[in-house]
Formats: sequence, C-alpha cells, structure tokens
Amino acid sequence: MIITSPGRLSALALAAAFAVGACSGSASPSPAASTAPGASAAASPGLGGPAAPSGDVSLAGAGATFPGPLYQVWVEKYAAAHPNVKIDYQAIGSGGGIKNITAQTVAFGASDATMKDAEIAALPAGTKILHIPTALGAVVFIYNLPGVTELNLDGPTAADIFLGTIKKWNDPKIAALNSSATLPGADIVVVHRSDGSGTTNAFTTYLGAVSDGWKNGPGVGKEVNWPTGIGAKGNDGVAGGVKQTPGAIGYVELNYATQAALATAKLKNADGAFVAASVDGVTAAADASVATFPADFRAAPIINGAGAATYPIAAYTYLLVYADQKDQVKGQALVSFVYWALTDGQADEAGLGYAPLPKAVQDKALAELHTITSGGTPIWP
Amino acid sequence: MTTLAPIGRLRGRTATRRADVVFRGSTRVFGGAVIATLGVVAAVLVVSSAPAWTRFGVDLITQTTWDPVRDVYGALPFIVGTLYAAAIALLIATPIGVLTAIFLSEFAPRRVAIPLTFTIELLAAIPSVVIGLWGIFVLSPFLRDTVDSWLIATLGWLPFFRGPSFGVGLGAAGVILAIMILPTIVSISREVLSSVPNSQREAMFGLGATRWEVAVKAVLPYARSGVVGAAILGLGRALGETMAVTMVIGNGQDIPVSIFDQAQTIASKIAVTFNEASGGFQTQSLVAIGLILLVMTLLLNVAARLLVSRAQRGPIR
Repeated sequence: MIITSPGRLSALALAAAFAVGACSGSASPSPAASTAPGASAAASPGLGGPAAPSGDVSLAGAGATFPGPLYQVWVEKYAAAHPNVKIDYQAIGSGGGIKNITAQTVAFGASDATMKDAEIAALPAGTKILHIPTALGAVVFIYNLPGVTELNLDGPTAADIFLGTIKKWNDPKIAALNSSATLPGADIVVVHRSDGSGTTNAFTTYLGAVSDGWKNGPGVGKEVNWPTGIGAKGNDGVAGGVKQTPGAIGYVELNYATQAALATAKLKNADGAFVAASVDGVTAAADASVATFPADFRAAPIINGAGAATYPIAAYTYLLVYADQKDQVKGQALVSFVYWALTDGQADEAGLGYAPLPKAVQDKALAELHTITSGGTPIWP
Repeated sequence: MTTLAPIGRLRGRTATRRADVVFRGSTRVFGGAVIATLGVVAAVLVVSSAPAWTRFGVDLITQTTWDPVRDVYGALPFIVGTLYAAAIALLIATPIGVLTAIFLSEFAPRRVAIPLTFTIELLAAIPSVVIGLWGIFVLSPFLRDTVDSWLIATLGWLPFFRGPSFGVGLGAAGVILAIMILPTIVSISREVLSSVPNSQREAMFGLGATRWEVAVKAVLPYARSGVVGAAILGLGRALGETMAVTMVIGNGQDIPVSIFDQAQTIASKIAVTFNEASGGFQTQSLVAIGLILLVMTLLLNVAARLLVSRAQRGPIR
C-alpha cells in the first residue's frame, strides 16, 4: 500500500524527514535515563496511564502503509506532549513490518494481517510478540461507470466479477441488484493490487467467505493468482486505474476512498441491507464481533458481521511489540505511547477515515499492555 | 626494442618502475572488482534461489501458475511477457533508431546533427518513473482511444491484435520501452555508421550513386552487424527495465497473446511483489526468476558485443 494524494505524501515526507533528523540527534538514551529509568516523573497527561521515561529515547517502528497517516498524526501529537521521546514510523508495508520485528531491527512493527503460525514459529527462540489492535479499516469497491451514480453489489456477484465469469455491466446478476439504474453493456475491467497487501488479504477473505468458486480458485491471501484484470501497485494505483478506465471496478481501503472521493458501491450485508462503506459501518461490524475477538488478538478480518448497519468487510490493523522488552527505558516509552494511542489517540481516527476500537477490544488491548515486561518485571504493573 | 631497453633502465628502476607496478596493480584490482561484483551477484542469486530450484526444478521456467496462496511458482508468463514486451519495443525502436542514425551520420549538416544527437541522448536521462507516469496518464489513454481501436478494427482477426484494449498492457509497455531504448540504438548505430571508411562512400559516389544509394547500399551493409549489435544492446535495456514497465503493463497473470493483454515482465514482477513476499518459497522463487533474467541479459549482451566487434573489423560477407 502506498500513501497517495500529494498533500498527504508531502506531509508524510516532511514528517519522516523530521523524525529521521530528530532521531540522529538522540540515537541512544541519555545516561541519566538508563541509570535511573524508574525515577521518571512525567506521566501521560490526564489519565492514570503508564509513565513515560524522563530521559531522551528514540523508538523506530516500521510496517503497514494503511495506518501510516494515522500513526504519523499520533507520533506528532505524542511527541508534542513528550518532547524527549522520538518516534519514527516507516510505512514500508505489512510484510516489511513483520520481517523487521522478526529480525529485531525495530522497536515495534505494524501489520494489517496478523502473523501466521509459520511466521511466529520463525521468531528467535524465547521471543514472544503481542498483537495490539489500534484501528479498523474497511475495503471498499470503487467503480467508474459514467451515468451510474449508485451501484449495489452482493458477495456472490462481486466474486463472479473478480473471477471473470461476469464480464458485462448489464449482466442479469448485476441488473437484479440495481433495478433503478441503467447499466451499460460495457466490458467490466477488474483492477486489483499487483503487490502483496493487507487490503488484498481482507478483500480475498471476503470473496472466499461468500463464494466457493473464489475459495477453491484464487483463494485467500496478501497476493493471489488473479484470474482476470489489470494489476496496479498500491491503493493509489488501483484508484488511478479505475479513474482512468471507463467500465472499471476495483477495491481500496476505506480511508483512501474517503479522502479521494471515489464512486463507491454499496454492499449487501448479512442482514440483507445494502450499506455504503463508512466509519460507522465498520464500527458496527467491530461492535458485533467483539464477543469472538480471540484471546491471542489475532482476529481475522470481520466478514459479514451481524447488524443492519454493519459493513461486510472490516479488518483490524495491529502494532506488533515484543512481550519482553530488552531495553527498559525504550519499553517504558513504547508502553506509554501505545497507551496514549489506545486512549487519547482514538479520537483522531474517524476524521482520517479509520474506525476506533470498540470499548471491549480497547479494554482487552489495555490489559495486554499490562503484560509487557522488561527483564521479567512488568513495565506497567 | 633492444636499443630502447638500456634507456628504460637508465631512467631508473626506482620511482618510475614502482609507479608502474602500483598502477598496473591497481588497474588489475579495480578491473577484477568489476568481474568480482558480477560473480558475487550471480553467486548470491544462485544460493538464495537454490531452495526454489530444488523444490520446483524446471517447473519454475515451464509452468504458468504463480500462486502465493498455494505456494506454487511457475514463471513462464513473466518470461514470455519480458520477451514479448522487449520484442515490441525493438520492432518500433530499431527502424526509427537506425533511420535517425543514418540521417545523423550521412545527411544532417553539423549544425543540425549536434543538437539533435544531444537531444536524443537527453531522452536517456529522463527518469523511468517519469516516463511511466507519462505512460499512465497520457500514452495509454491515447493508445486506447486511437491506435488500439484502429488496430482492433483492421487487424483484429489476428490473435496478436485481439481486443478489447484497456490502454495499459503489453502494447503500451512496448511503446514506452521503445522510447527508452531509442537513445541507445541511435547513438551506437551512429557511432558504427561514422566508423565506416570514407573510401566506401567515395567509391559509390565515383560510380555515380545518389546519397540515398550510398547510405543504403554502401554504408549500411558495411555497418550491418554493428547496427544489429546496437539493437541487441537496446534489447538488453528493454529486458531489465522495471519501473516504467510496471506502471503501464497491467500486471496480468496469464501468458499474453494479444498486444492488448495485460502481462508482467520478470523485472516488474520482482519489483512489485518482493517487498511483501513472505513465507514458503515465494522469496526464493522471486530470486530465481531474477537469476533467469540475469542469464537472459548476459547472453544477449555477449551476443551484442561479438557482433559489434565484428562490425569494427569490417563487413560480413
């Protein structure tokens, strides 16, 4: 996933440049901080959260691009409140986040897809990684069909389109869902991701859940063997491809569709209602699924959740952190930052096109923060 | 030689000779370093891709399914896509490039030839991402709405021109590549044509030939293999070009037949998916197709070098 619109891109570049520049000045914790880490006084503002360290600390993080804009805002706001803590987040992709946290080159990773069992098995012996959910996103169908302002889709039809078995826009299966629209007889041009992506993972999880043809065909994953269509790199590539090609349909992350103002399709949910993708629809999906949130936090994308307002394709995005922090001071800074993100930071989400965590998941994540240790001692008892 | 030897000895076996040794030694080291770099790259590719070769063997080259979900990898569509896109590029760029070179070396007055040569070489300086963006936003919609629809209407009965065209695809990638290899073809061809001895031209003029006849019947045949070499060097660049191709080729998964099909080259496949590749044999298989690309490019470059060096010695009879 690539972060796209020029404004956001330059803002990110600036933020990254700032963070890198700032880090080089304080690459290691000051002696004062490492000798007396427990003596820190500065606490998170407001709530009785974990204390931030008082000395200079720098944290490096890398991973998913989807929450990149959100994390940049968080990093800036947190740094404003804690000038001694420098956090640098590189949006290099979920796979890169997992690779980096496995190689222990970053203080935290980030990923849209949860780590697979094989990836957990590949961790160095004795290392445990916690998945901390931070936000939810959705996958949205975008289309380019001049004259058609509203488009309804359901799972099986969408799967057939992406399987290439529905080839024309006026196919009876699409027409049956859109009785009020005049559909042209144009070819359907499928635009999909060419790079591996958490968005594709959530999207193919949905198609696999609603269509046996998809499950037994291309299957579910970050990168699949697409049966048809044009491949484009990143959310912006898919959006650009759809915008330029009359008759095209593609899929992007909700926050992307929100900010780029693309024509999006309504999707039929488990209750039979056609819902437009929105932060509210994702929140509804998350609320409906909290009971099944797994104990190890590795929640699969939320597909076809119950509820009339629920949008059918929602997914958590995660921070990946070591359960045991090698460096006590850095661990303290990390716990303080994540606590802030899970509490105060949640208010930033909706405006950027992300859905905040449901209360129950937030509580679970905060409880998980208590379990982070350094040298066997809990950092935030 | 024998008379010169004492003078060399007189100059002093000290400073000069030591400098000689140092100079010779350092040229050897740096010269060797270039070879060693190639060797290290090849060795790393072989070692890192070994598990994939053990697992899939020649299936990596001959199979058509690239499926990360099932962890099965066959790169034939990308190999075909690479060669296909490069072939289109060559078909477009060779005639244009060679005719431009003939114009520059035989017809153009100096005040035209020098700025034109400079401009063409400037084409090589455009970053490929920029060419790719131009390809997406200008070229592919243009091709789709004009050239492609005409091709489909007139030649659509041929499998190579079967529609529909969505703009992005092999054809667009071929045109983009043609633009990118044009400077290579023009500058090398011009070089080769200029190295044709003037006696060739003078003899033809002496027989009463026109300038056109001189260029086509005396100069071009003499330089023929060098021009072929120029085209093959262009082909080498076309095979390895990544960024611009990725942006316009459409990244399809199947073996392309029509020039309007979406395809993938080896370089674009690696560039697009390597970052998120994980687990199983995906990373090793991507390295393996990188090795395939290296071998393909090396073979072509060796062929080109041989042809160019023969051209400098004279015409093929």
